[in-house]
Amino acid sequence: MTATLVDISNLSKAFDIGRGQKLQAVQDVSFSVEKNSICVLLGPSGCGKSTILRMIAGLETATEGEIVVGGRKVDGPGRDRGMVFQAYTSFDWLTVRKNVEFGMKINEVPAQERRERAEHFLNLVGLSKFADAYPSQLSGGMRQRVAIARTLANDPEVLLMDEPFGALDAETRWLMQELMIDVAEKTNTTMVIVTHDLEEAIFLADKIVFLSSHPGRLKEEIIPAFKDGARIADKERIVRLEGYGALEEKLMRLMREEGHRDE
Amino acid sequence: MPSPTRSKRFLEIRMPVTRRQRMLSAFGIWAVFFAVWTIAAATGLVNELLVPSPQKVFSATYDLFAARDFASDVLVSITRVVVAFAMACAVAVPLGVMMGTFASVEAIFAPFVSAWRYLPAPSFIPILLMWFGTGEAPKLALLFIGVIFFLITLIMDHTKNVRKELIETALTLGADRYVVVLKVVFPAALPDIVVAMRQMLAMAWTYLVIAEIVASTTGIGAMMMRARRFLKTDEILAGIIVIGALGLLFDLLFAALHRGLFPYLKEKR
Repeated sequence: MTATLVDISNLSKAFDIGRGQKLQAVQDVSFSVEKNSICVLLGPSGCGKSTILRMIAGLETATEGEIVVGGRKVDGPGRDRGMVFQAYTSFDWLTVRKNVEFGMKINEVPAQERRERAEHFLNLVGLSKFADAYPSQLSGGMRQRVAIARTLANDPEVLLMDEPFGALDAETRWLMQELMIDVAEKTNTTMVIVTHDLEEAIFLADKIVFLSSHPGRLKEEIIPAFKDGARIADKERIVRLEGYGALEEKLMRLMREEGHRDE
Repeated sequence: MPSPTRSKRFLEIRMPVTRRQRMLSAFGIWAVFFAVWTIAAATGLVNELLVPSPQKVFSATYDLFAARDFASDVLVSITRVVVAFAMACAVAVPLGVMMGTFASVEAIFAPFVSAWRYLPAPSFIPILLMWFGTGEAPKLALLFIGVIFFLITLIMDHTKNVRKELIETALTLGADRYVVVLKVVFPAALPDIVVAMRQMLAMAWTYLVIAEIVASTTGIGAMMMRARRFLKTDEILAGIIVIGALGLLFDLLFAALHRGLFPYLKEKR
């Protein structure tokens, strides 16, 4: 059977916003992520989905509750939880190859292995030809692919992505989503992806965790059953599948309810 | 009826000029400057003793180098600037980067550093002379005091501007604090740090001249003060020209250094 990799229990986060005031961003959220699966955190803005992801990464500390990844309680950031951000994070002073090798280098992976792994993951994201270019010479989509290759080459247990394609134009985003399915199939990487894009969520998710806003609570866990347990690597094909429309409609309704609730 | 293509006016808002027009304009303004100077000196419009002609100034410049060993004065001045500026950078770069990275370090030094920035460095000259005597030390100290506090503040600000996502990316790749500072924060801020150095080097030249005019027997400024005693206005102006030329030269060197160190910056797409 499938094993749980990320286990989140009774997680809460309150931000101090000054003058003794607190903002409850996340309240009592529990869910788990299966090993080798793609879990999408979806919800309207203000639902705390990014905060939850940052807590998994160890970049924010939880006020209450705990997160266990691979049997270890999260306490600060670590290489087992690699993260890809919406903003471009390429190290501009390093070539694409050196960017991809960065994590392995600081973790003292031998040079030979470093080179081979970098080559492998650059090939996986289709950037082999640009290995010796600088990131500033690349387009936005290519820079995100560098970030993905860099994180994967560092061999994390889980890949965390915070609206990774939010800054890209529509057709690039589409290609990147297909690329992620391809990467997941070839590498068996466990992924937790934050998005507010319904299509993206349905396309990528093995499981959608829908969160409500102000404060962020778990609304519903949704398994896109129409995919029949298989991933579909083609965006045109998935929209034609029976059940796609119904799920999109359902998510739209949830989005609308939650988005308007506190207006 | 207005014609469909309006004739080009000289003052067109934000309209770029051709390379040719830019060269001509730059050349033109200097030509006018020297023409006015030459005519004023030749016609006796100004006292020739106070304002010698450009020709006299250029021949004085030549004489200074050819016959009077001015080169050793120039070398002394350059050495002072380079040594004092290198010492200031050796302190300011690590301290500024630390302050820009760690709020706890900033909390200690920022109140101290920003207070010093409001003290004009030349006001320390009398006390520096009493502390260090008349050798090289008081000049180096003045240059050091003059640039270091601005340099620290600028480097701190540039370090703070390093985007949070870059640091967080490194952390989630398994970097510790040491790696984050040395392999991410520092290289990310370095191009801006070099720009800050370039700006402050210009200021170092200013303090050099003050130091040499007030309290020195060697260097370009000292030569100018000697020339004043003998009413040699042409040599004073020669000194100014040499200082200007050196400032420009060092600025160009820094610009070349910037281009050489950061090839990735000009390849933006």
